[in-house]
Amino acid sequence: MGNPMTEQTQTSNATPSEQDNTGKKSDIIRVEGMHKWYGDFHVLKDLNLTVAQGERIVICGPSGSGKSTFIRCINRLEEHQQGKIIVDDVELTDDVRQIDTVRREVGMVFQHFNLFPHLTVLENCCLSPIWVRKIPRKEAEATAMEYLERVKIPDQALKYPGQLSGGQQQRVAIARALCMKPKIMLFDEPTSALDPEMIKEVLDVMIELAGSGMTMLCVTHEMGFAKTVADRVIFMDGGEIVEEAPPHEFFTNPREARTQKFLQQILAH
Amino acid sequence: MAESTMKPPKKALSPVKWMREHLFSTWYNALLTLAVGYLLVTSVGPLLNWLLFEANFQGQDASDCTGAGACWLFISQRLNFFIYGFYPDELQWRVDAMFLLLAIAFVPQFIERFPGRKWLGIFGMTGLPIIGYFLIPGGTFGLEVVESTKWGGLMLTLILAYIGILASLPIGILLALGRRSEMPIIRGLSVVFIEVWRAVPLITVLFMASVMLPLFLPEGVNFEKLARALIGITLWQSAYMAEVIRGGLQAIPRGQYEAADALGLGYWRKMGLVILPQALKMVIPGIVNTFISLFKDTTLVLIIGLFDVLGTVQSTVTDPAWQNVAIEGYVFVAFCFWVFCFGISRYSQNLERKLDTGHKT
Ligand SMILES: Nc1ncnc2c1ncn2[C@@H]1O[C@H](COP(=O)(O)OP(=O)(O)OP(=O)(O)O)[C@@H](O)[C@H]1O
Ligand SMILES: [Mg+2]
Repeated sequence: MGNPMTEQTQTSNATPSEQDNTGKKSDIIRVEGMHKWYGDFHVLKDLNLTVAQGERIVICGPSGSGKSTFIRCINRLEEHQQGKIIVDDVELTDDVRQIDTVRREVGMVFQHFNLFPHLTVLENCCLSPIWVRKIPRKEAEATAMEYLERVKIPDQALKYPGQLSGGQQQRVAIARALCMKPKIMLFDEPTSALDPEMIKEVLDVMIELAGSGMTMLCVTHEMGFAKTVADRVIFMDGGEIVEEAPPHEFFTNPREARTQKFLQQILAH
Repeated sequence: MAESTMKPPKKALSPVKWMREHLFSTWYNALLTLAVGYLLVTSVGPLLNWLLFEANFQGQDASDCTGAGACWLFISQRLNFFIYGFYPDELQWRVDAMFLLLAIAFVPQFIERFPGRKWLGIFGMTGLPIIGYFLIPGGTFGLEVVESTKWGGLMLTLILAYIGILASLPIGILLALGRRSEMPIIRGLSVVFIEVWRAVPLITVLFMASVMLPLFLPEGVNFEKLARALIGITLWQSAYMAEVIRGGLQAIPRGQYEAADALGLGYWRKMGLVILPQALKMVIPGIVNTFISLFKDTTLVLIIGLFDVLGTVQSTVTDPAWQNVAIEGYVFVAFCFWVFCFGISRYSQNLERKLDTGHKT
C-alpha cells in the first residue's frame, strides 16, 4: 500500500509486544541523570526519562522552564554536560558520527517552521533523503509527494515556502521531517506561531501521525491535544521534571502544587 | 463580475504636461532644469564633435590627424599592441580563440531564453581556464612557447582579472567559513589571514610579490613575475571577499542552521546546500563590487613592470611618433574597463532577479 503512515501503523500496532525479545516494549530514548548548563546557569537538572517505541509524550511547563532545551538535547542541537542520553541504542557524545546517526532517525519540527526559503516545497522535502540517505531523486520525490498528500498540500509542491500560509508551512515542515522516515519525531511548540484558524490543520496532521504509531515528543500548550493523544504528560518547571503522569490523571488529579498552579493558569484561558 | 474587469485608471500625460509636472513644478525646479539644460547644450555638442564629427579615423600615422577632433587613428594603428602586448603576431590566433570562447561562454548569459546558457556558464568557469592554461603559454601539444613577459594589453588585464575573480571567490568562501568555525585553530588562522591581507595596500603586496618573495624562496625555485602578481592579487582580494561573504553568513537566521542540523545534513552539506546558497545570494551586490574593484585594481601591475591595457597605452602615448594623443589613449582605456565592469554589473542584476524566489519569511 502506497501510504507511508499506514505502513508504520501496521508494524507498530500489530506487534506491540514483539518489539523486544524480553517481552516488554523496547525503550527508544533513555535519558539518565542529565544536566545542562548555559555558562553558569543550570538549565536542566537531573532529568530522567525513558520513552518506549511508539509512545507519545507531551511536555508542558511555564516559559523558561527548559522544555525546548530538553528536547533539543535529544537530537543534540544542544549538548548536555552530565548524564547520559541514549537514542535508539546510540549514546550522544562528542562523536560526530554518532550525532549524525541519531539525527537521521530523529525528525524535528520547530516553532518557526525553518523551511529553506531558496528551495521549493518539494526540494525542501527531498534534500535530506537525497543527500543523506542517498535515495535516487525520482524515488525521493515520489515519497515526498506521498507525505505532502498526507499533510494535504500536494498541490503546493512546486511553490516556495514564502508563498504559503503559516499553517501550510508547518505542515510542509512536518512532511519534510517525515521524508527521512524517522523513528522519533520531536515537536517544539509547533502551533504557537500560528493564527488560531491554522492551529487546527496542524494539530489534525499531528493527531493522525500519533495514530500511526510514531514515537513523538511534543512540547505544546495545546491541552486538548495532550488529552487526546498523549500516553504521558510531563510537567517541567525550573529545569526539573516535576510531574509525569498519564493525561487523565495529570489533568484531573495532579499531585504537585506547582502542577496545579500551572494547570489553573492555563485552563483559566 | 464587474470588478474583476476593471482596470486601474490610466495616467497618460502629454509631453507638455509631463514636463510641467516634472521639470517646472516649482520655481527652483525650473531654475535647476534650465541650468542643467544649459550645461548639456554647451558641453554635449563639443564633446560629440571631438569624439565623432571632427575626429580622425583614416590614415597611416600622426601626420594624418589633421582634424580638430580626437585622433582615433592612434588607437587603430596601435590596437594590436593594446590588445596583445608583445604576443607574437603569428601566434595571436591563440589569444583570439580565447576571446571567442569567452564571448561564447558569457554573452549568452545576457539573453534570457538562450538554450543551455547555464552549461556555457559552467564551461566558462571550468573548461575555459583549463584551455587557456595550455593555449596561451604554449609549450605542450606542439604549441610554441610564448614567455609570459611577452603577454600584455587587454589580454593580460583579462587574464589577471579572470583568474583573480575565479580564485578569490572560493578562497573567500573558505576563509569566511573558517572565521565562523568552532575550531579555534582554523578560526584563528582565518582571522589572521584576513586581517593581515586586508590591512596592506595592494601596491605593497605587488612590490613584495615581485621584489621580496624571490628572496625568501629557495635557490632555483623561481616562478614568474606574472604568477607572483596573480597570487598576490588573488589572496588580497579573497580577504575582502571573505568579509563580504561573512556578512551574508551572519544574516542567515539560526533556525536555518538548526533545521539543516536536525535533518542530519552534516557540516559541508549544510553549508553547501542550505546556508551558502542563501548567504551568497544575499551578498551578490557586495561580491560584484569586489569583482569590479579587482578588475580595476589589476592596473596596478603596471608598477612592477607588467603591461596591462593601461600600461601599453601609457607607454605608447609617450612615443615621439605620436604627439598629443594622451587623451585619446586614456579614453580608450576607460572605455575598455567600462565595457567589462558594466557587463559584470548587468549580469549580476540579471542573476539577482532570477534568484529572487520572493520569500516573505
Ligand atoms: N543559548 C542560551 N544561552 C543562555 N541561556 C539560554 C539559552 N537558551 C535558553 N536559555 C535560557 O534557558 C532557560 C530555558 O530555556 P528554554 O528555551 O528551554 O525554555 P522553554 O521552556 O522552552 O520556554 P518557552 O516556553 O518560552 O519556549 C531560559 O531561562 C532561557 O533564558
Ligand atoms: Mg521553548
